[in-house]
Amino acid sequence: MSLHAQTIHELHKKLKKKEITATEITEDVFKRIESVEDKLHSYVHLCRDHALEAAKAADKIIQTKKDFSPLTGIPMGLKDIFLTKGRPTTCASRILEGYIPPYSATSASKLFEHNIVLTGKLNMDEFAMGSSTETSVYGPTRNPWNLDYIPGGSSGGSATAVAAGECIAALGTDTGGSIRQPASHCGIVGLKPTYGRVSRYGVIAFASSLDQVGPIAKDVTDCALILQAIAGWDPKDSTSLNLPVPDYNKALNPTIKGLKIGIPEEYFVEGMDPEVTHAVKTAIETYKKLGAHCEPVSLPHTEYAVATYYIIAPAEASSNLSRYDGVRYGYRNQQSKDLIETYKKTRTEGFGNEVKRRIMLGTYVLSAGYYDAYYLKAQKVRTLIRKDFEKAFKTFDVLITPCSPTPAFKIGEKTSDPLQMYLSDIFTINVNLAGLPGMVLPCGLSSKGLPIGLQIIGPHFGEEKILQAGFAFEQATDWHTKRPPL
Amino acid sequence: MTDFIPTIGLEVHAQLLTKTKLFCGCPTTFGKPPNDNTCPVCLGLPGALPVLNRQAVEFAIKAGLATHGRIAHKSVFARKNYFYPDLPKGYQISQYELPLILGGHVDIVTSKGHKKIGLERIHMEEDAGKSLHEHPETRATNATWVDLNRACVPLIEIVSKPDMESTEEAVIYLKTLRAILVYLEINDGNLEEGSLRCDANISVRPIHQKELGTRAELKNINSFKNIEKALTYEINRQITRIREGQKVIQETRLWNSEKNITESMRGKEEAHDYRYFPDPDLLPLIVDDEWINKIRGCLPELPAVKQTRFMNQYKLPEYDASLLIQSQSLADFFEACVRLYNEPKKISNWIMTELLRELKNRDIEIHQSKIDTKLFTKLLQIINQGTISTNAGKEVFSKMMESGEDPEKIVQDLGLAQVSDTDSLELLINEVLKNHPDEFERLKKGDGKLMGFFVGQIMKASKGKANPKLLNELIAKKLK
Repeated sequence: MSLHAQTIHELHKKLKKKEITATEITEDVFKRIESVEDKLHSYVHLCRDHALEAAKAADKIIQTKKDFSPLTGIPMGLKDIFLTKGRPTTCASRILEGYIPPYSATSASKLFEHNIVLTGKLNMDEFAMGSSTETSVYGPTRNPWNLDYIPGGSSGGSATAVAAGECIAALGTDTGGSIRQPASHCGIVGLKPTYGRVSRYGVIAFASSLDQVGPIAKDVTDCALILQAIAGWDPKDSTSLNLPVPDYNKALNPTIKGLKIGIPEEYFVEGMDPEVTHAVKTAIETYKKLGAHCEPVSLPHTEYAVATYYIIAPAEASSNLSRYDGVRYGYRNQQSKDLIETYKKTRTEGFGNEVKRRIMLGTYVLSAGYYDAYYLKAQKVRTLIRKDFEKAFKTFDVLITPCSPTPAFKIGEKTSDPLQMYLSDIFTINVNLAGLPGMVLPCGLSSKGLPIGLQIIGPHFGEEKILQAGFAFEQATDWHTKRPPL
Repeated sequence: MTDFIPTIGLEVHAQLLTKTKLFCGCPTTFGKPPNDNTCPVCLGLPGALPVLNRQAVEFAIKAGLATHGRIAHKSVFARKNYFYPDLPKGYQISQYELPLILGGHVDIVTSKGHKKIGLERIHMEEDAGKSLHEHPETRATNATWVDLNRACVPLIEIVSKPDMESTEEAVIYLKTLRAILVYLEINDGNLEEGSLRCDANISVRPIHQKELGTRAELKNINSFKNIEKALTYEINRQITRIREGQKVIQETRLWNSEKNITESMRGKEEAHDYRYFPDPDLLPLIVDDEWINKIRGCLPELPAVKQTRFMNQYKLPEYDASLLIQSQSLADFFEACVRLYNEPKKISNWIMTELLRELKNRDIEIHQSKIDTKLFTKLLQIINQGTISTNAGKEVFSKMMESGEDPEKIVQDLGLAQVSDTDSLELLINEVLKNHPDEFERLKKGDGKLMGFFVGQIMKASKGKANPKLLNELIAKKLK
């Protein structure tokens, strides 16, 4: 098997045995990029020269050190939402055209400390606002399983690059499903940790109370390895939690006899693709065979998730995006005659339609006279949604749901209907609203050959539980070994 | 004016004297080149996040305790959204619905007596940067430049109740509040440099009317003199409008210190909708009783308490005490002097007249002057012993302020020592009496007015050095 198609832990074993070098992996990955990038458009910025230097440096460490990190010498990509010192970071928006940050995100820095090889910056929906990677100013990314289909979003570039071997693993961010839904659509594994588990410092904010950084990788083990490296308290992020980070590798135990799995009734809705329902039900059968107790559970406030999310997220975004005013950095309209015109033209030209739509939504719901009816109400519903989960986790270890009501849809299919687009996140949004960890892994392929994802949701800081449940499923099935026919 | 009552409420912004900014580690040092004291957080770069400065919270709590406010166990930082070039994030992190401190009051003493000015709240917030309409080096005026050194410097906003009913009350309230903040060492009390800023809400109502009139908000007042002028102007403007049958409009007005008038800035309709909401980047601020009590234990003696103590301990009149406690350093100076020379009233008199005048003329604080407590009390002792006259003492003091020299040396150098030697005085007296035999006769017969005449003549003959006390005694002897 080509090096680019392998997992972190497979490559690490070979690096340790000196069978291969980091430089060879990196060269193979860039060869793969050369052959498929034109079709996929996963990247917005490639750092080939820098990557080869980093690979050489990693090889030195591998030669001299007996114990090196499993991530050392592994080519990884970062969603273009992570600040990378000295390298362009645009959030796929014109408003950050040419922006080169003076510092790196904490999560990126942690990976650099493990001597990863940064391949480049990955495409995404502009400011992470979208479910299809179609709102990027650089144009859409295509699904490697079928180039006419969207890869999911907003971390679409991260998902396609990992699925197609354009990097070994990647980091994404997840505000309403942006790691999990593209992982599901691309047939790989994506983990959104508990809110506060990974630092948000240096990650361009979309909705601060929902955003969370997480790994996108080929299997559960790789996710655990990356989470191990990036998790933990950051004094620069007040919302990160000062709790010890467990050894996630130890959680990877395939014996799940007696594991209590809740199946939320509200996640099997009318209008869902029957192939998705079938794949998830089959997965549940697998769990039963492995000795887990699977029982239905009710999360009664599930139906309010999308409405609640589309008040809270745009409200925070409208404020978070105020700093892009053309005064200090990024794009600025140069023809304006005065300050107000500069603001108006800079932001009109700098932001795309979906971003503007959400800024307007958010501005509206925070306005005097509407705040109580929308924002405050949404916060109350958010509390109810969280309580639903808390109650469920008194009985169950993890919950299992589909990730998306359908497999990937066609490029352009939903761009003119924002509401339909918003509804594609119906199963992932609740997890963000409740601040819980959630992981998606492949559990089937549709008749059209498109991947279907299974979502495992855990209690707060229950990453070990979902990693274990995911690992056990992988050991019993082979969906995670399937690669797109590209 | 007398048939109208003004109602005034003040919003005072005080910069906290923390070493670093409110949400990042940048220094707060004043006078650095533009944008030197900045980092990703206070520049509002993408991805940067705020982390609350604990010392700033302690300072704010000190202000709350010193003004008898209730410290909230849970308060919340909120975003105040508006666009301005010197507001890097497009929002200011402030507190809105749940401020750190609720209620409280400041006791003031005016010409009409004591009064309690209630406080609505004290909340924490970050400062904005500065827009410079002239380039700091080239002096060019074709653009606006932004200096973000001040962005994110911690402020507290102290919001009073509309409890003040005259310009005098407002000015004294502000002075009293300033003294408290300076005593707490959390603010430098400098209005001119903007480390203390004041906005006023003003309305007037006819004396028999109960409900308050329509208020105007007055901004941009940056010295005590301007506050007095601006409030007086605005009160009169509103009264005149009402008298002329016009209405006072609810609006924000700016004080123009060049024209000495207030000008309309924006009306109620143009008021901003700041779209406040809790800042999701910061957790609620939790303050427990243990922390509050620890801070309470570290509070210094506050001006009002010190004043009462000075009145009791040193038997000083209220007026003296109120002047001496104006600043911590002056009060400390006074007490140190009393320890060296136990004559509180004499020391107080000299501080209130000579010392304060000299300091004011030089525009310095006591600790910046060349006078120390030893030299100062030595001078008072020399005067009291009669070595020099009070008038000569003033001259010596003036020289001391300039040179910092020992008063004894100055007395010697200037030959100011009083003639206190009986023999030489006797000679002078005999001389003068001999030259004015008629007047002496009349004095002997009981014409008391002539006593002053002789003292004056002898003083003149001694070139002002005769010890007046001794002189009186000697003349009295001659009359027996």
